[in-house]
Amino acid sequence: MTFFSHLRKAAIATAFVLGATAVHAEEQYFPLQSYRVGPYAAGGTGFFGGFIDYLNLINIRDGGVNGAKLAWSEGETQYEVEKGVEVYERLKSNPGIAAWNPLSVGIAYAMIDRITDDKVPLITINHGRTDTTDGRVFPYVFPLLLNPYSETSGIVNYIASKEGGLDKLKGKNIVVLYHGSPYGKETIPIYELLSQKYGFELSQIEVPHPGNEQQAQWLTIRREHPDYVVLRGWGVMNPVALKTAQKTGFPADHIIGNVWSNSEEDVIPAGDAAKGYTAITTQASGERYPVVQEIVKTVYGDGKGNLEDKSRIGSVYHNLGIVNGILNVEAVRIAQAKFGNRTLTGDEVRWGFEHLKLDPARVEALGAKDLFHSINVSWDNHEGDGYVTFQQWDGKKWNVVSDWIAPDWKLLRPIIEKSSEAYAKEKGIKIRTAEDADAVVSN
Amino acid sequence: MSYYDFLFVIEVLVGGLLSGVMYSLVAIGFVLIYKTSGVLNFAQGSMVLFAALTFVSLVERGIPFALSLLITFAVMVALGFTIERTVLRPLVNRSPMTLFMATLGLSYIIEGAAQLIWGTQVHGLDLGIDDTPFEVGGILISSFDLLAAAIAAAMVAGLSAFFYWTRIGLAFRAVADDQFAALAVGLRLPRIWGTVWTAAGFVALVAGLLWGARLGVRFSLSLIVLKALPVLVLGGFDSILGAIVGGLIIGASEKLAEVYLGPFVGGGIEGWFAYALALVVLLVRPSGLFGQKTVERV
Repeated sequence: MTFFSHLRKAAIATAFVLGATAVHAEEQYFPLQSYRVGPYAAGGTGFFGGFIDYLNLINIRDGGVNGAKLAWSEGETQYEVEKGVEVYERLKSNPGIAAWNPLSVGIAYAMIDRITDDKVPLITINHGRTDTTDGRVFPYVFPLLLNPYSETSGIVNYIASKEGGLDKLKGKNIVVLYHGSPYGKETIPIYELLSQKYGFELSQIEVPHPGNEQQAQWLTIRREHPDYVVLRGWGVMNPVALKTAQKTGFPADHIIGNVWSNSEEDVIPAGDAAKGYTAITTQASGERYPVVQEIVKTVYGDGKGNLEDKSRIGSVYHNLGIVNGILNVEAVRIAQAKFGNRTLTGDEVRWGFEHLKLDPARVEALGAKDLFHSINVSWDNHEGDGYVTFQQWDGKKWNVVSDWIAPDWKLLRPIIEKSSEAYAKEKGIKIRTAEDADAVVSN
Repeated sequence: MSYYDFLFVIEVLVGGLLSGVMYSLVAIGFVLIYKTSGVLNFAQGSMVLFAALTFVSLVERGIPFALSLLITFAVMVALGFTIERTVLRPLVNRSPMTLFMATLGLSYIIEGAAQLIWGTQVHGLDLGIDDTPFEVGGILISSFDLLAAAIAAAMVAGLSAFFYWTRIGLAFRAVADDQFAALAVGLRLPRIWGTVWTAAGFVALVAGLLWGARLGVRFSLSLIVLKALPVLVLGGFDSILGAIVGGLIIGASEKLAEVYLGPFVGGGIEGWFAYALALVVLLVRPSGLFGQKTVERV
């Protein structure tokens, strides 16, 4: 009896879903390779929670993007590359895929060839290969807002601003403590370049994965008496760095964290050792921004909020997810303006990303003033000149302590192009032109 | 070598020795189980995670520190006896590889259960121990690490006394020497194994609290087994003293290697250096520095 009762309910639910699908025939789909369990689950639940919260906001408040409902489904990756690829293979046949957003360097690397063949955008907000910024070689990859080289430049510019100008960097001693992984090593050459350009002394010290022991590294740092330590960490490496710094007598307010060392999960376990620690970010944290408040009111008010723990609303990863949602949705909106208010192909959404220009006025109109600055993506610049700001941990919350800072894009671009052109040569890729970028596959 | 350089060597050495004690804390849990049942319990790291996560979650729900500690210990006792009943007993007399694979599976189950019950959030754990360093003769020493070393020493002393001067300890040693002979003289193997897993659970709790206070309580806490394995190879799988000495050697040598050899090979070598050292010892003394030599009739 119970079994048949369940069966009947399931049949009704299926009919309802099919009916709903029929009503909302135009649907744009986001396949989500999320990670809600495993070592990096805290970041995954925050980021994908924020992303889904924003998609829900658009559906509830606006009925979708110009009538096209936003849909998504999740596949658990545990941040493992093979599981990420498996989820990709499982979800890629769904219709109306707008873009992939794995939030994982490893998974993103493994997908580059696949998404290029499938002609669907791959978004690697704040991370990924630096040379994917060059849209001439990587037409479908978008390291939106910040690539690792821009991050490096932003951090050096911030240190310079604290010292009174770039000319004051000469003779300063900076140590970069980096995670022993391809991600951690990505910025080694650019720090060397900036060291030569501005005349500061530089040491780059590796911490083996996962980074739960750093006594040797911090004693070495203590011996060098640096003016600043840049923390390019990930996961458990970050709080351990802060605690070991305290143990070896290095002041937290002279440690500058990179964009993956800037969350609450990085500082809370370090306790008092994290007070005064500063980190770069592309999006501010907190709930005071209109779009976040609207999510609280509309989405959580409707019982559809994605975060189980509501105290995490407005946290660094949650806000990053929201900003990621804004960028994805606006790319779809821009593409719709050209191709029509309907379900778009991946290549059409790619065109939308390549015309994603949100100036501060548009950002304000989206309810995100001060949450992030602006973005200006083009067919050959897939990063979009994101600005950065710096936040300092006071023991309870992050406080913004700088203006929006622009990385030195002009300095970085030739290095990026050199790397991407070498990649193109190695892979036999034809360098795209603006005309190529405007040729769009619409079915 | 200048006086400053000499001081620096001592500082690295002391830091390494204190880190080694932390590795020993985890290794002791392995030794306890291996000593009495011949099982290399790969789930020890997960037990550390489970204990720390349970404790911190209880504290965060407003339960007093001491009561949380007591409840967590009770949970670890229950876990130990459950493992004995549901995993070890059905696999009695199976090969060591079968038992090892069972603990490998168990490790994933415990990790999954910990996250299912308590969630995946990262927690800070404040034990109320000041971690600001103090200076002795120009060398900075962490008060937290010193206290951890004292706790480890007390635990080793307690366990040694337990093994040598109590009836149950005598029974443990009898089982470790020969399970069949122990059974023949009337020792109740399941109860002894259950008790040993409880003791390992207690060690996991202590290690979980100290490591959790250092790293934060998070999933990667279970990865600290990777630090304990070379300690076990070096010290011997069945020697508590070996776990301590092995920890000290591994801790000190990996730190010295990182500081003085690392720069010549690009740095970041301490992750594998401990394993390289353990491999060398394995080649020379297969049962480790303090492990019991196995003599078999062929």
